[in-house]
Amino acid sequence: MTARLRYRKFVSGFMLGMTGLAALITVSVLFFILGYLVYHGGTSINWAFFTKLPTPVGESGGGMANAIVGSAKLLLLASLIGVPVGFLGGVYLAEFSGGAIAFIVRYAADLLNGVPSIVIGIFAYALVVLPFKHYSTLAGSFALALMMIPITLRSTEQFLQAVPGALREGAMALGASRWKTIASVIVPAAYRGIITAILLALARVAGETAPLLFTAFGNRFWSPGWGQPTASLPVMIYTYAISPYDDWHRQAWAAGLVLLGLILVVNIIARAILARGVSIPRT
Amino acid sequence: MPSAASMRMTVSHVNFFYGPKQTLFDISLGIASNKVTALIGPSGCGKSTLLRTFNRMNETVRHTRLEGEILLDNQNILAQDVTQLRRRVGMVFQRPNPFPKSIFDNVAYGLRINGSKLTLADAVEKSLRHAALWDEVKDHLHKSAYELSGGQQQRLCIARGLAVEPEVLLLDEPCSALDPISTAKIEELLVQLKDLCTIAIVTHNMQQAARVSDYTAFLLTGQLIEFTPTPHLFTTPTDPRTEAYITGRFG
Repeated sequence: MTARLRYRKFVSGFMLGMTGLAALITVSVLFFILGYLVYHGGTSINWAFFTKLPTPVGESGGGMANAIVGSAKLLLLASLIGVPVGFLGGVYLAEFSGGAIAFIVRYAADLLNGVPSIVIGIFAYALVVLPFKHYSTLAGSFALALMMIPITLRSTEQFLQAVPGALREGAMALGASRWKTIASVIVPAAYRGIITAILLALARVAGETAPLLFTAFGNRFWSPGWGQPTASLPVMIYTYAISPYDDWHRQAWAAGLVLLGLILVVNIIARAILARGVSIPRT
Repeated sequence: MPSAASMRMTVSHVNFFYGPKQTLFDISLGIASNKVTALIGPSGCGKSTLLRTFNRMNETVRHTRLEGEILLDNQNILAQDVTQLRRRVGMVFQRPNPFPKSIFDNVAYGLRINGSKLTLADAVEKSLRHAALWDEVKDHLHKSAYELSGGQQQRLCIARGLAVEPEVLLLDEPCSALDPISTAKIEELLVQLKDLCTIAIVTHNMQQAARVSDYTAFLLTGQLIEFTPTPHLFTTPTDPRTEAYITGRFG
């Protein structure tokens, strides 16, 4: 074997090793985070964590029931606002618009997707918190909805565009109007992809903290209705993690573990839905 | 040629434009009732475009424009509601395009969107029988349409089109994606369907036009070169360009 050939074989092997290492780091970071959360937070997760309110400083025990319910309410309302807008906007983009309008909508959605979440928070603060004169679930949901819209819109568009044009023509040739074609053939053909996209958008905003800091704010107690400040898991983690109390630190770890677990579960469900296959065979 | 009275559709002086580009030039012809009319010609001659003017499918493409007049039962189709028109003028496409639904739901689709009062099950069976598919699918109507073979899928698309009882059925190269046996089945079917409706078929296969059609129109670069009874066109063409095409000198 010549020196040249040996050198080439070495470079090839070395680079293969480096790519593998990078892949390994990516995977291990996830498991490291998970392991760390389980190690620190696992012991604090018990029935009380899910059912009890936070205790006053100095008193041990208590839980984050209000933050869990608060997060669920925030996400529910955010979906009710964000999903219809994103979905219908995506339908418009894929099915009705063309040329300059499509370009503008697509570009705006991509820019909105890139707006830092803290800026979204300020915007929601100005638009919802100031007029109502207090922090609320509504304001937090509004901020989260703004983040869900571009994600839902763009993925709806992509999944709709993946539906073969022949199906559109087939329905229209039978006398279906454009909306009927979309509602009865195109969307059903793409619904798995769209549901997956919505779940991923939900998982994405579930962990957002910055937009909630001065919209939903926080609350040590239950937050009835939609007009009161509310606790949420991400903000609770933030508050507890920067506190000087060991007991709160443990609870912050536990909350992190619960939040990450929820996001992972949603992700796995979404991938499972998508893996069951797009319902149209490729031609 | 048949008399004007027996024409289901009449096309007069049709010009068609894709943006600035004209693709059909002053086309006039008649589609005879309960006959098969074939449109033949080399790729890009405008035969599919012409067929797609009959149910205004071209309008789904942006920047297209149609001039001239097309009559269906002596009424101008351009003045009609397009969804009503397409219910009367059905279409079968080049590639089978069943919806991602069951066999039953595919055939029932047109009836459902048109709010038909007929009993769906009876209408679906009738259409599948007309499309010579009933015996093959009657025991698994609720399976996905994608489990059928390509030829069966195309017959399903024909059944789907027939279900709304159209007056005219347009077929745009319906056999180009099919094997010879499936093709033969569909050709046989077309001849039987003449009793039910009027048929216009685009094909690049001259033998197919000769086998199934009563009248044949030969198009070249967007112009109608010759339109005569089929035996006449294939045995004694009057235009030298028709003769050159059917003898295989180009196209």
